[in-house]
Amino acid sequence: MTAIRRAQATDLKAISALDARETGVAKPDYWREMLAPDRHFLVAETDKGALAGFIAGEIRAWEFGQPAAGWVFAIQIDPKLRLKGVGSELFEALVARFKAKGVTRVRTLVDRKDHLILSFFRAQGMVAGPSLQLDMDLS
Amino acid sequence: MKLQTATRLGLYAILELARDPERTLSSAELAERFGVSGHHLAKVLGTLSTAGLVRGGRGAAGGYRFTGNRRRITLMDIVALFEPAPGNRAKEPGEDTDIGGALQRVLVEIDEIAEATLASITLETMLKSKDSSLRSG
Repeated sequence: MTAIRRAQATDLKAISALDARETGVAKPDYWREMLAPDRHFLVAETDKGALAGFIAGEIRAWEFGQPAAGWVFAIQIDPKLRLKGVGSELFEALVARFKAKGVTRVRTLVDRKDHLILSFFRAQGMVAGPSLQLDMDLS
Repeated sequence: MKLQTATRLGLYAILELARDPERTLSSAELAERFGVSGHHLAKVLGTLSTAGLVRGGRGAAGGYRFTGNRRRITLMDIVALFEPAPGNRAKEPGEDTDIGGALQRVLVEIDEIAEATLASITLETMLKSKDSSLRSG
């Protein structure tokens, strides 16, 4: 069983450690900024109080000309606790917060080679959105 | 995107059978449901059977049922059984020229997006899709 609640400063160490383990890059400052009041930063906690996973997002209006939408910036689940629905619970909790704020769309960006996370968002009902992301190497 | 006929039939068959893994359907019944050639569908079911995704057969009247994992198998897994793998295709004439190389990069970009889409949709996701009536099946 997991409980979903807002992330607090005391969660940052565990959040940063889980993210660094999974992505290979430590970014504690980025996670600290996610605690800002306008961000939606949620954690899932096991019944023993350990971090099971987290999700971070924000509502943004008129980014790239699009009306307000909830953006999912990050989601990470402890590998030992995957396939138990923790990710879906976090996603649903975040979407409920977005809906409560009146937005009717949720978006994210995913590495197109990361089929695992793409499958996760697809299973939540997400499909390709109206925008195509473009980028260019400046080096 | 154009799929080869065998690929399309493979997707039809696996999705229809995965809808209800307890149910057994013959290649003739599946062919009738989709209005396609029974002979062609029997061959496709043979490929799915060899891949361990369905079990059954034994003649035209023999039934097949789904034996895979709906939550694990993606549309790409089925497509890959019937279409040549993107990395294994033969080099096209002119590909080593600057124009040929530039065109190839565009085609690879398109392939990667198509693959990402197909590899991220599991049979479970497809069958539960809010936009389809598959859920009621």
